[in-house]
Amino acid sequence: MDSALIPEGATRCSAGRFFLWTLPWLGLLAWGGLSAVLCFVLGLNQTNMSNIFAFALWIVFDLAVIALGAGAFFTGFLTYIIGRKELKNIINAAVIIGFICYSGAMGMLGIDIGQPIRGWFIFWHANIHSMLVEVSFCITCYLVVLSIEYLPIILENRGLQKIKELKLFGHNLHHIMALFAATGTFLSFFHQGSLGGMFGVMYARPFAAREGFFIWPWTFFLFILSAIAAGPCFTILCTKLTEALSRKKLVPDNAIQLLARISGWLLGSYLILKIADTIGWIYGIVPRAGQTFMDFYREGPYGIWLLVCEIFVFGVIPAIMLLTPGIRKNTKWLILASIMNCTGIVLNRFMFIVVTLAIPVMPFDRFWSYLPTWQEWGIGFAVIGYGFLVFSLSYRYLPLFPKERELNHTIN
Amino acid sequence: MTPLSFEWQWNIEYLIFMGLLYLALAIIGAGLIFTLIKTWFELHDKED
Repeated sequence: MDSALIPEGATRCSAGRFFLWTLPWLGLLAWGGLSAVLCFVLGLNQTNMSNIFAFALWIVFDLAVIALGAGAFFTGFLTYIIGRKELKNIINAAVIIGFICYSGAMGMLGIDIGQPIRGWFIFWHANIHSMLVEVSFCITCYLVVLSIEYLPIILENRGLQKIKELKLFGHNLHHIMALFAATGTFLSFFHQGSLGGMFGVMYARPFAAREGFFIWPWTFFLFILSAIAAGPCFTILCTKLTEALSRKKLVPDNAIQLLARISGWLLGSYLILKIADTIGWIYGIVPRAGQTFMDFYREGPYGIWLLVCEIFVFGVIPAIMLLTPGIRKNTKWLILASIMNCTGIVLNRFMFIVVTLAIPVMPFDRFWSYLPTWQEWGIGFAVIGYGFLVFSLSYRYLPLFPKERELNHTIN
Repeated sequence: MTPLSFEWQWNIEYLIFMGLLYLALAIIGAGLIFTLIKTWFELHDKED
């Protein structure tokens, strides 16, 4: 039915089977759509957000997907600026994953701000001393860059290639991709950092506050490093999932191994700095705030086990796995290490957002707990559904993996 | 006030913050315009 649109020489499942595959993701989108309508019509009282938890599940999702989407800018940087040609076999997938993550985050923010019709206020009435404003500016600009990077991939669709104007435009756009990759790297560097800086400057909340360099708290640099350590692993995971579902080999091993090795080195470097930062925080900021380290882990469900999991279980262990060639070259161990790496970064963002707000800051204050409503889960899962849908459509209709035909010996 | 910032002030902080934003937007815009013009010229060259 849609065979004229499927990339030349590639085999795909039947249109009916593909439709069945999209049903669960459409279901998640419908759940998210209903939740969004309720939030718009009845207000944010549909959520369990409050004056205490102004940042909640949606911001955890936002920060997590933005960190996991960092594979797009970092792979682009390695491919176009550093010149690692082997990554050209995975850059298309990385760009689409980045686009999904950022556009999903923006969509979720549109609901989170309560009145999206006033979303432009942050640009027009910009408080230039706010890290959040810098994040908003950079994320918006970077989404534009990602859309431009996605465009030539869309224009490579077999049907669109017949229109010579679009074909030539896509070709020319592809030629100056290094310019957009460099701009994307600049924008990503600052918004990934400012997302961390946002928490580091919360001096009234010693759990998150950090010292730093010039105007940037250490969390600024740690967030950048953790994002570029986990982003490539998320790209590897998505690629491996596509390979498993399509029962094909899509990316040569050298590209996957290079990304995994770089990810391992970055994760290792991040952990050294993160451990140093945690020790500095324990002996610096915490006693100066009149508290002890264990004060933060005494109440509620968020015990010290979270920190142990974040740094050791989902940090040190995957870093060792990714840095050991024997383990890294085994696909199952590589997938496990990538899952652990990505879990670690999600846990890190969760701790900075939810745990920071849950911990009391005044002697008369108490521990606050928070559980999301089904509407909040609905919006969060809608982003996952949206991601599966866009990536599935892209894989079906666009030549996402340049070596697909070669690796699978498919005859045109 | 500038067309893109209602509360613009002439100080170094605004110049750096908004300047970097305008620079990024200018690069993105220039890249797109360059590609469009190049495509237009190449199409006309082929027609000739």
